[in-house]
Amino acid sequence: MTERPDYKAFPDQRGHFGQFGGRFVSETLMAALDELETMYRRLKDDPQFQADFDYDLAHYVGRPSPLYLAERWSEQLGGARVWLKREDLNHTGAHKVNNTIGQALLAKHMGKKRVIAETGAGQHGVASATVAARLGLECHVFMGEEDIRRQRLNVYRMKLLGAEVIPVTSGSRTLKDAMNEAMRDWVTNVDDTFYIIGTVAGPHPYPMLVRDFQSVIGREAREQSLKQAGKLPDALVACVGGGSNAIGLFHPFLEDEGVAMYGVEAAGDGVDTGRHAAPLTAGRPGVLHGNRTYLMEDESGQIIETHSVSAGLDYPGVGPEHSWLKDIGRVNYVAADDQEALAAFRELTRVEGIMPALESAHALAYARKLAPTMSADQNLIVNLSGRGDKDILTVADIDGIEF
Amino acid sequence: MSRIQACFEQLNTSGRKALIPYITAGDPNREVTVPVMHAMVEAGADIIELGVPFSDPMADGPVIQKACERALESGTSLRDVLAMVAEFRRRDDRTPVVLMGYLNPVEAMGYETFADACVSAGVDGVLLVDLPPEECEDIVPRFRQRGVDLIFLVAPTTTDERIRRIGEAASGYLYYVSLKGVTGAATLNVEEVASRVETIRNLAQLPIGVGFGIKDAASARAVSRVADGVVVGSALVNQIAANAQRTEAIAPAVAAVLADMRSAMDE
Repeated sequence: MTERPDYKAFPDQRGHFGQFGGRFVSETLMAALDELETMYRRLKDDPQFQADFDYDLAHYVGRPSPLYLAERWSEQLGGARVWLKREDLNHTGAHKVNNTIGQALLAKHMGKKRVIAETGAGQHGVASATVAARLGLECHVFMGEEDIRRQRLNVYRMKLLGAEVIPVTSGSRTLKDAMNEAMRDWVTNVDDTFYIIGTVAGPHPYPMLVRDFQSVIGREAREQSLKQAGKLPDALVACVGGGSNAIGLFHPFLEDEGVAMYGVEAAGDGVDTGRHAAPLTAGRPGVLHGNRTYLMEDESGQIIETHSVSAGLDYPGVGPEHSWLKDIGRVNYVAADDQEALAAFRELTRVEGIMPALESAHALAYARKLAPTMSADQNLIVNLSGRGDKDILTVADIDGIEF
Repeated sequence: MSRIQACFEQLNTSGRKALIPYITAGDPNREVTVPVMHAMVEAGADIIELGVPFSDPMADGPVIQKACERALESGTSLRDVLAMVAEFRRRDDRTPVVLMGYLNPVEAMGYETFADACVSAGVDGVLLVDLPPEECEDIVPRFRQRGVDLIFLVAPTTTDERIRRIGEAASGYLYYVSLKGVTGAATLNVEEVASRVETIRNLAQLPIGVGFGIKDAASARAVSRVADGVVVGSALVNQIAANAQRTEAIAPAVAAVLADMRSAMDE
């Protein structure tokens, strides 16, 4: 790429980011996606809609989230000053709620009385159940049986919030299968149902609108960095499953050429073992869940099972904008394995008194390697996309502790 | 003239409607499929839709999801499905075969390679559920040049404008999805189907097959009164599932369901 692309011009009218993205769904859903796109394009420039969104983010979510200088950890790593964008302090404990607030507002404008969502770690399910409770909408959350086992605290939270959690027993019983099942529900109940997709994947316009809602992370971080550090950061690090927290942080910085960006995928047992969830690192382009993107697939095009200690990263695809940002070289995509993530989880908890989600711990694991290669006058922002309370049982299992 | 076109013209002349069975290739193993295809033709099938198994069949209900799982467990790939069609063609040069499935296995093989392979195996049409006309403008000509029909779905939610566009991209026939839902769901409403088929006829110049929700002889008969073709899938796949442990019983069981439908349609 010799010329810098106009990042804000993507996706194009048909939802493409270069060769990625698009709208690959069965015919029944085409009209619903057209309707959603039309509504979103109208509302996104409507000052009242933006004001409602901003109000909810301020007074319901608790934004802006702080940009916190992790002094002790930075000192220990010996290199760049490491800042944490504290999405873990949001209502419901993760960045996911930024997007569900936005989509719930859309659902309200479209007169839909029922919302559905897929969830992996349960954070998006909780965030969807939360906004549904607040707006009095019926909420059904699809969740793989395997994830229900791993994330039983979040399952109970969703039930307390009045949502029905529907176990998905097909395929690998994780996030991708939950998404299949949500699509099947949507196609059946398309007249009265709004599908709240939790990440920057899926058919157009979802990757665009989820990115727009999550970009509040990067807009705040950019302003906060200028104010608190006196300049733009030198590097950004975020974990990438579907990639919504990463795109939310990265997008407002894309035109700032001096800002390096690192998206960290889940290497599971190690990329070499094949047991991982790192399509950008080790996959190839294909079509799944309504968009063309990098996927984990076998040679005959079947989607293969993924592995990660973190349920929220256990997904064989990735948002199409990430695929494009990888191919044009704007963002570096790397991977951290289960052990590295767990070590970072423990370290941040002990050194800063902040317990990160296992998803976010993948970003921290890479920041641990990156910071020492940078100088003391450089600044590194890690997106602390969620808090680790939901992962306590998983870590306890690994430690052999039973309650 | 393509086999599909010839088939509809011949049916039209004799005043009959097309019976179009669907089975998933390689379900429950790779040896069963071709004999079942022949048995379906003998029982009165006019066109065969052969499902290409996929790991994530988003538009399918539990019956065909399970069929895909069984077929993948038996190791069925897109290449195997093409080989089955080639084998079927050794004994049957007349019955059109349409491959039905999802896009990713085709992406993995490559469009040129796949289109060539369709021609050499004797595949007449391709229906890719998650490939709408908007996303395949550069793909359509590759199939057209080779005489392979691209078949598209029309749904209850499809606007008139889209029906026109789909009619332009498609050849062979249009597949009208009779209900909002996945394969094998609920029961269809025949009056609603009749009025939609009428609308589609006014907007596109292709025969119309109707599928989703056709469970038995009565529903096949009712739909045959308003459409050009009747597609039946889950009701047959159920027979395969019920006999998965004694595969010799599959062909007769599937043929019996089809024969009932055939005679109800021809009454």
